[in-house]
Amino acid sequence: MIEVASLNVTFGYGHRAVHAVSDVTFRVAEGESFGLVGESGSGKSTVLRALAGLLGHVAAIEGNMTVAGEVLDKKRSKAFRKRVQMVFQDPYGSLHPRHTVDQILSEPARIHALDRIESRVLNALEEVGLDATFRFRYPHQISGGQRQRVAVARALITEPGIVLLDEPTSALDVSVQAEVLNLLTRLQRERGLTYVLVSHNLAVVGHMCERLAVMQHGRVVETMSVDQLRDNTPTDPYTKQLLRASRGYDRSALEELDPAVS
Amino acid sequence: MNESKPCLLRVEDLHVDFNTPKGVVHAVRGVSFELGREKLGIVGESGSGKSQTGRAILGLLDSRGRARAKRVEFDGVDLLNADERTMRAIRGNRISMVMQDPKYSLNPVMTVGKQIEEAYLVHTRASRREARARTLEMLDAVRIRDPRRVYHAYPHEVSGGMGQRIMIAMMMIPQPDIIIADEPTSALDVTVQLQVLAILDDMVSQRGMGLILISHDLNLVASFCDRVLIMYAGRVMEIRDARDLDNARHPYTRGLLGCLPQVGDGARELPVLVRDPAWLDGPVTERD
Repeated sequence: MIEVASLNVTFGYGHRAVHAVSDVTFRVAEGESFGLVGESGSGKSTVLRALAGLLGHVAAIEGNMTVAGEVLDKKRSKAFRKRVQMVFQDPYGSLHPRHTVDQILSEPARIHALDRIESRVLNALEEVGLDATFRFRYPHQISGGQRQRVAVARALITEPGIVLLDEPTSALDVSVQAEVLNLLTRLQRERGLTYVLVSHNLAVVGHMCERLAVMQHGRVVETMSVDQLRDNTPTDPYTKQLLRASRGYDRSALEELDPAVS
Repeated sequence: MNESKPCLLRVEDLHVDFNTPKGVVHAVRGVSFELGREKLGIVGESGSGKSQTGRAILGLLDSRGRARAKRVEFDGVDLLNADERTMRAIRGNRISMVMQDPKYSLNPVMTVGKQIEEAYLVHTRASRREARARTLEMLDAVRIRDPRRVYHAYPHEVSGGMGQRIMIAMMMIPQPDIIIADEPTSALDVTVQLQVLAILDDMVSQRGMGLILISHDLNLVASFCDRVLIMYAGRVMEIRDARDLDNARHPYTRGLLGCLPQVGDGARELPVLVRDPAWLDGPVTERD
């Protein structure tokens, strides 16, 4: 479904160039959830944005990306934009503050010249567990979790096959995170969606995905199945650190990791 | 409270109210706890009142906020009714606070060294030379590898993790009795988070301080602190020994623990927290 081969992304030129992503390669099968994990600055979000075609003007991109047989060029086709949708981290920043939920949801439908827009909007709201009373509210009138549901509904309007999730629950409380994760799992099951999930949270990726790639300094240090992660058999030292650190405060873990990160 | 541990801070029935155009918001409603020479975690979701509890102790509420309590007592001083002069002698000197984001809490136009020195000079009658020596010592204590370089650096020239260590150095230099740390590691990567916590851990155990760690991260607090206080809607739901957290009684605590995703659980349906209106005014579960 998705193939990324030797992806390189560079921001800026000359001596100020920042090589944010180096030689990243991975494949995602149809209906699979694939995770990209790493700490800040590891390049995980940049990979996702390059895939979505959001970096065309700001970065130099090399490598091959294929989505559902379509080789991706500089400019994405309209069909690609319908098939691939994205949910962003910050539900406060990613919804237009002066548009009602109705406007937010019907805009992509209009762009792609879909029919029966009103019933699509109502359906999408229902799918994400919001009742029709939310339709004419503004983003500031609803909670963070409800906003993220609206963002998910917006992604679903065009009936995509692939959804790119960039830290979809990082801005939410854990109880709300559970609701949004359940929602994403259900939608994937019902619609056979393919997910690429970017997160710094190993538990979230380990919960949602079947396979994952661990990134550090712009490179993929290890690609593995979640079973390997759960059974504690990562081979790369950085992955091991990340796994231990994600389990909470542990003095002995720190002794091992000290020289590598400071 | 453990009989062997002296009590540093006693908070009894603390309330914090905010006057807003839409009426009074009761952010904290009747919080009581005692702090000894230990690590106490305050956990809660956004809006639970955990940060305002920490701020109220130091009189750092914003101008619309009002704190009242039966007692907020530190070393014989009633903190809520103390005059500004008394508070200045306590705030930063005997009780200090580490904020969440070093990017906003450090002065951007002052070098790191000068800022830390200032924190020392304000509270002592030391000479500049002595302050400088203490500052370098302190930077070393928070495991900054090249204290001299960092001393002359500006806050924008250091990383987030280093910024937070600088904040800790600044708060530690007057050797306070209590540190209140409000989400000190939330802006940091997990591996750096562990290092910063380890520094706090060492300081608390070596200098016999009390630490209040305010966080939304139940796992982190449970693995780091001695005791955990769980807040919901401005009230304490439960106080427990951290290692005993798995036996938590209160349905809110249980709900918080239950809704955490885990590696390799195959995207199982996560139990969703159902908020019971009775928690708003119901009884508090104490450790038994």
